[in-house]
Order: sequence, then C-alpha cells, then structure tokens
Amino acid sequence: MNWLTNAVLPKIQALVGREMPDNLWHKCPACGQMIFHADLATNHRVCSECDHHMRLPPMERLKLLFDGGLVEPIELGKPAIDPLKFRDRKRYSDRLREAQSKTGRNDAIVVAHGTIEGNAAVVAAFDFDFMGGSMGSSVGEGLVRAAKLAETQDAALIIVPSSGGARMQEGILSLMQMPRTVAAVERFKETGRPFVVLLTDPTTGGVTASFAMLGDLHISEPGAIIGFAGQRVIQETIREQLPEGFQKAEYLLEHGMVDAVVHRHKLKQTLGGLLGLLMDPEPKADVVKLDPASETPASKPVEANASAPMSSADRVEQNEASKKSKA
Amino acid sequence: MRHFLDFEKPIADLEGKIEELRHLTGSDELNIDEEVEKLQIKMERQLRATYQKLTAWQKVQVARHPDRPHANAVIDHLIDDFNPLAGDRGFAEDLAMVGGIGRFRGRSVVVIGTEKGATTADRVKRNFGMARPEGYRKARRLMEMADRFKLPILTFVDTAGAYPGVDAEARGQAEAIAKAIETCLNVRVPLIASIIGEGGSGGAVAIAAGNRVLMFEHAVYSVISPEGCASILWRSAEFAKDAAEALKITAQDLQKLGVIDRIVPEPVGGAHRDRTTALDALGDAISEELGALASTEGGQLRAERRDKFLEMGAA
Repeated sequence: MNWLTNAVLPKIQALVGREMPDNLWHKCPACGQMIFHADLATNHRVCSECDHHMRLPPMERLKLLFDGGLVEPIELGKPAIDPLKFRDRKRYSDRLREAQSKTGRNDAIVVAHGTIEGNAAVVAAFDFDFMGGSMGSSVGEGLVRAAKLAETQDAALIIVPSSGGARMQEGILSLMQMPRTVAAVERFKETGRPFVVLLTDPTTGGVTASFAMLGDLHISEPGAIIGFAGQRVIQETIREQLPEGFQKAEYLLEHGMVDAVVHRHKLKQTLGGLLGLLMDPEPKADVVKLDPASETPASKPVEANASAPMSSADRVEQNEASKKSKA
Repeated sequence: MRHFLDFEKPIADLEGKIEELRHLTGSDELNIDEEVEKLQIKMERQLRATYQKLTAWQKVQVARHPDRPHANAVIDHLIDDFNPLAGDRGFAEDLAMVGGIGRFRGRSVVVIGTEKGATTADRVKRNFGMARPEGYRKARRLMEMADRFKLPILTFVDTAGAYPGVDAEARGQAEAIAKAIETCLNVRVPLIASIIGEGGSGGAVAIAAGNRVLMFEHAVYSVISPEGCASILWRSAEFAKDAAEALKITAQDLQKLGVIDRIVPEPVGGAHRDRTTALDALGDAISEELGALASTEGGQLRAERRDKFLEMGAA
C-alpha cells in the first residue's frame, strides 16, 4: 500500500497534472445522502436530496450574489493583532496563524463590491472556517470599511454573517465591536441607502446582538441557526428540553425577527429585486403613459414591465438600460 | 454577620478574634482594649494589603459580593425625588432593569440600571439581574424620553449578562440588545455609564455605550464570564481563574486598553465595607464628568460618542 500511495499516486498525479481530491463524495449532514462534490458545487452546497443548506465559503457566496459571478474584493490591510497577548491552552497568535494558513485570509471577513441584478452593492461576508467566524477588531474594521465603501460608492450594504459571536481571545475589545459595528451601520443608514442582513448559519451571540439585527431588511437562509445565547447555555440555565426548531430561521420568521426565509437558489434574484425596489423607486424610463385612445399593440416595453416574474437576465438588461437612459 | 470571601479568611479570623475579645469582661480590661487596638491595626493593614493587589479572579468575587451596593442602592444614595418608571409598552415590565427620573445633585436626569436584588426574594423577582428583551426595550424607551426632554442619562451596570432563556430568545433578545446599543449611540444628551459591579457581555454594553464609561475600582467588565470562557477554551470551568487573568477584565486593564474613561476609587476593603464613601466617590466622579459635557451641543455629543466607538480596536 505504501508503494501505491508513495510511488504510484504521485506519478499519476504528475501525469494528470493536478492533485487528486481526497473527498470526491460529500455526505449531507442532514439526510446522510452521498453527493458527488462537483454536483454539490453546482448546486451551491444545497443538498439535492433534502434541500439542506450547507455553509457556503465567503468567496462562493460572493460569486453567487454578484452579477456574472464577478467578485472584486478590497484589500483589508493589516492582519489581526493580539491586543491582550491572550493565551489559553494555546496562544491566540498561534490560533490566528493557523486560521490564516487554513483559509488563506487575514481574518474572518471578506469585503467586495459589484452589482446584484444591476444594483450597486458592497457585500461583507463572514468566513466561518476562520475561528468560527468570530468578530474581533479586524472583523469590526472590515465592517466599518465595508459601510464606508458602500457610502462612497453610493451602493447598498449587504452583510452576510456566519459567526459564533464575539472573539473572546480579544476580550473586551471584541465586545466593543458591538457598539462599533452598530455605529458603522447607523452612519451608513443615514445616507438613505439600504442595509440588508443576509443571515446564514450560524448567526449568534454578539454578532446577532449588534449590526445583524439592525438591517432595513433581514433575509435568512432556510434552517440557519440565529439567536443570542447558545443552545447549550440555555439548556444549562433552564434545564428543559428546547422546543422543536428552536432558533432556526423559520422560528425567527414566525417570531417576527426576519422578513423572509429564502432558498439559496433564489437569493440573488430576491435580493436584487428588493434592492431595485428600494434604490430605484422611480418608474422605469421606458414606461410611457399612453393615450388610451391611441393605444396600439406596439406597447411592448409596458408589457415587459407588467409581466410579473421576470428572468434575472431580463432585469439586469432593463436596469442597465434604465441607467443608461438616466445618464 | 458579614459575608467573607474565600481570600479574606485571614481578615475574617482577625475580625473574629476582635469580636471575641470585645465580649470578654474582666478585671484586666485595659489589656483587652490594648489588644483589640493592636488587632484592629493588624486587620486594617491586612485588609489594605489584600485589596491593593487583588487578582482578576478575586475582583470577580468582590464584584459579585452579595453586600455590594447594587443599582437600587446607588439610586437611593445619589438620586433625589426618584420616580421609578415601568414597562416596555409592548409586553411587560422587567424588574431586572430598573429605571426612572429623578434629580442628581439638583439636576433632572434619567436613570437606568440592571438590578440583581438585595434579598433572596428580591433576587428571584429580579431574575438575578439578568434582563429579558422587555428590559432592554424599556431601557431604550427611557433613553428616548431623556432625548426628548434633553435630560442626561445615567446608567448603572451590574449584571452577569442578558438572560439566556427560551422566552427571551423567542421575543428577540438579540434585537432588543442591538436596538438598545443603537439608542445609546443615537441620543443627543450626555450618557454616562458606570460599571458598578459586574459588566457581563452584551447585556452590559446594551446600556453602556456612553460618552463616558466609569468603573468602580474593583468592578469587572468582560465579553464572557471567566467560567464560560474557561469551559470553552480550557474545556473546564475550573480554569476560571486563568480565564479571568487572560481576558483582562479589571478596571485597571480596561483603562489601559482605552475602553473605560475613569476609575472610581473604592474604600479599603471594597465598596461593600463602606457604601457611603464608595457612593459619594461615584457621585463626585459622575458630577465632574457631567459638568465637563454640560456645554457640549447635542449633535456634537452624539458625534463624539459615535467616533469614540468607531475607533474601538481600530488598527
């Protein structure tokens, strides 16, 4: 076997010219279905069997949302620091380095700009693989920058949390990211542009109890855990069985905390539609008020607008057309 | 009977001896007086030495001391003509979040605080100072009222944290805290927050995003309880002591980190040994800070507060 893995495999790989992926099959954590990795990728990590939404890494998330899958991340500058010289069983600085080499990024956030169904948007997406997406000073910095960028670009601000909460290795400074990010989104909201929170699994603790509950709109993915206190802490406090579906997106919808639970495959379209309604409220330039007497069958633009579910491609075209006509 | 903390055992022993001697009556009373005086001096020296170099974990215990002045005690001492006000106008009154209007050194103010309770029955009634969403919504309502009438806001923080319960989650604990922080940051009146005992995480910062944040000398303020942190990072709550040190939760550390603005000194042996002195010092500190903000215009107060928090942890 050693001979196989040590001698034959590298030769095959050299021949094929790339690394052979270790896991060609992925098991759905909800239903146990084995899914071929390529199928999972094209399905944006939604189980084809049970529709379970698995966590989506930030770059894939951004590609999913931006038009043409075009992602332009901004440089977030210096990596996270260790203000407290924190050490538990491990040094925080070591944990940071590990997370950095595992994910290839400085901290648990990616900020990018582009358009969503033709609407200018800045998206800040958390990376759960980076220390549980926890929010420390540099994640806070990323969010402040994202809000500022959206302001200067006259774009919508969309934050996509996937986070266990505050990063306790940064002590009180992580707690201070709560008022800090609240201040950042408040300043942004004063510009009159929309701030949308796209709640993904999980959104808990200090992240939920700050900017994530202050969106003009709260959209959630199905099944995402969203809450303040962790389930284990609650269970230890009340010593009772937690209700069925507790802290899931659907539970929050029922309790009035989110506007809508939207399937990942419809996310871009829904988000784009909402942004269009908020950012482009005027009637389209091609909507011409017709004199009823002279109504002719050549009123095609009006029909296109009135026909309810429009394909996203149509909508982009139309938005672009209307922007051109404005300019 | 005074409640002694574990690390106060030598002090408790000395105090016990003094009590014993005082109860002795005999022919050589003079000697007893002399002995008592000697022990008294020894005890005070011991007390001073102990409290001068409290560890972070010892401070956690002092901050949680059952006899420590809680929010209601602070209000009783500092606020005249206090009118408690109740309710979030949506769901309920939360007795863990006290609030109202009164006069602080002659001036009308809105007061908000988390209250742990004084007696066992009171503690149960007040859910041990752990507020539910309605508590944070009540705090927000009172802050908005203060804004409307241009009254400064004084908050007194003493809580282990927001209540982690099914009902609290169902009614939007996270949203209630987020909105409370937002309101702290938005009001156009001076907001002075004082961490008087335990400043527990989001449930504390919800009413503590102020123009000035004061902290009692032996109070603690943290993103997570040392026990909670230890059980996650050390995999056992037994390492709470280590977590308390690592988290940097003391007033002295937080001032160095630039998170709090001012430390209010406590009498020797902690605020619970001499409430009057402690609360007078707190009153003086608040009065000075309030005075310094008195001439600042509302919009400016808001802008300065926002800028201060936007800079927290900035590279």
